[in-house]
Amino acid sequence: MKEEFNIISNLIEENTRVLDVGCGNGDLMKFLQENKTKDIRGLEISKEKVQNCLSKGLTVIEGNAESDLKQFPKSSFDYVILSQTLQAFLNPELVINELLKVGKKVIVTIPNFGYWRVRLQLLFKGTMPVTENLPHEWYNTPNLHMCTIKDFYNFCSTKNIKIYKSIALKKSRISEINKSNLNYKNLDSHLGIFLIES
Amino acid sequence: MNKIIDTKKIIISNPLKLDCGKEINNFPIAYETYGELNSEKSNAILVFHALTGDQYVSGKNPITNKDGWWSYVVGENKPIDTNKFFVICANVMGGCMGSYGPSTINESTGKQIGTDFPIITINDMVNAQYELIKYLEIEKLFAVVGGSMGGMQVLQFVANFPDKAKLAIPIACTSSHSAQNIAFNELGRQAIMADSKWENGFYSNYKLNPDKGLAVARMAAHITYLSEKGLQEKFGRKLQDRDSLRYGFEADFQIESYLRYQGSVFVDRFDANSYLYITRAMDYFDLSKQYKGNLSEAFKKTKTKFFVISFTSDWLYPTSENREIVIALNSVGADVGFVEIESDKGHDSFLLDVPSFLKTLGDYINSTYKIINERRI
Repeated sequence: MKEEFNIISNLIEENTRVLDVGCGNGDLMKFLQENKTKDIRGLEISKEKVQNCLSKGLTVIEGNAESDLKQFPKSSFDYVILSQTLQAFLNPELVINELLKVGKKVIVTIPNFGYWRVRLQLLFKGTMPVTENLPHEWYNTPNLHMCTIKDFYNFCSTKNIKIYKSIALKKSRISEINKSNLNYKNLDSHLGIFLIES
Repeated sequence: MNKIIDTKKIIISNPLKLDCGKEINNFPIAYETYGELNSEKSNAILVFHALTGDQYVSGKNPITNKDGWWSYVVGENKPIDTNKFFVICANVMGGCMGSYGPSTINESTGKQIGTDFPIITINDMVNAQYELIKYLEIEKLFAVVGGSMGGMQVLQFVANFPDKAKLAIPIACTSSHSAQNIAFNELGRQAIMADSKWENGFYSNYKLNPDKGLAVARMAAHITYLSEKGLQEKFGRKLQDRDSLRYGFEADFQIESYLRYQGSVFVDRFDANSYLYITRAMDYFDLSKQYKGNLSEAFKKTKTKFFVISFTSDWLYPTSENREIVIALNSVGADVGFVEIESDKGHDSFLLDVPSFLKTLGDYINSTYKIINERRI
């Protein structure tokens, strides 16, 4: 988790306006508040988590990214972050479009379904993968649209979304993703982090 | 009713132009304070009361001898901790607890003003209370807080005075009274005015009181403060002190008895004309109309931080209406947090023991106070 926070923090310029979509209990918000910018908001669907955030004095709105991002004016944030939640939406494409409207830049992190440990489980055990990063069983997972680093990379190029930076994370090892190492990074990393712009 | 108790009171001498066009001056505003104002004057919280509330937020209400109306929220070691904060609450203009209202005595006639009292608005109430803040020499409030009509006053306060509060917490309210809200208020007013003892509002001249009408108004309103589920769980079809139906119109059911009781205790502490005037002020409230139909314009200039709260079972000021406030604030980039609290206690949730509400509100106020103070240092 800390590595992901560090990478996200490094992608953000100081004293900018940030929105964390699906901010959970506000851990990333707190981290960024201490390290990068005071001007940070959150959107979260779970009442309990929203109350947790508000209790810490974080500015969070209870809401659903699929319906409630519309209320923010165009480009009203310098960065919008979507950390490991894209796969949980009914319509990830719509959410990405909304994020790109609201934010000048968007940071999306993706639990990589193409990671070799995930692939091996399906290949050898013949069961839906359960890993440290994807801890749910098939029958209770909130994840509706799992994708791989390569899927998201291809999605961006099909939809003409500019990728500013793409970073692969394996344990705590950080590396850049590019066209030529895409297949390898897609196999070898558990998390992909993308800085994109429409 | 209208016992003379030592209430804190100021006489506002500055002329105040009301929305109805009339100008008033030298009028009283009664208030109460709790806790101590610190030397930097940075810990003041102005609480706005709802329709039938008063300035006695916490402790014992000297008039009713019951707990203050927001004792769950305000007091020592409560979410708004009076060990830490200086809490101010004024009786609204139009009220009957010492502020300028229809039961105020007209000095030239020696009689109550009655329905010669001008129609007032939420805006008028807020402007009068701002005079109190000036009188107390508080340059900037830490927070303005209120539920229901108190929440409407919070919104109006920030719209009128965008740099006078660091934090605004409107709870279970709306930016504009809906047809349903107006309908229920009209029902209450008609009940009062249909009482033959109302005498066009001059009942005090005849030593009368339209208490039947006022009680019915309260009973009808009380239903709107609860939820269907809450009512069903608490009362169901339970009978009142009897084993079987009596085949008559006595209060067979507990819910009937409960409502009758609510009506009867209300008339002892509330003035019927005040009920007319204050419900009218609520009905006239439409903040977006004040800003040419664009609610977000009301908050355009503000640097105030907002926290909007609604309750799942509140059908009087439902979450959707509270969300409209959040949307308007977001569209001007204001700093706004929002949560809908799970509760089956209906609109009244904000007055009751709803632990997740009390905890979230208290933690939020305290962390925000800490963050704002740290930032200043």
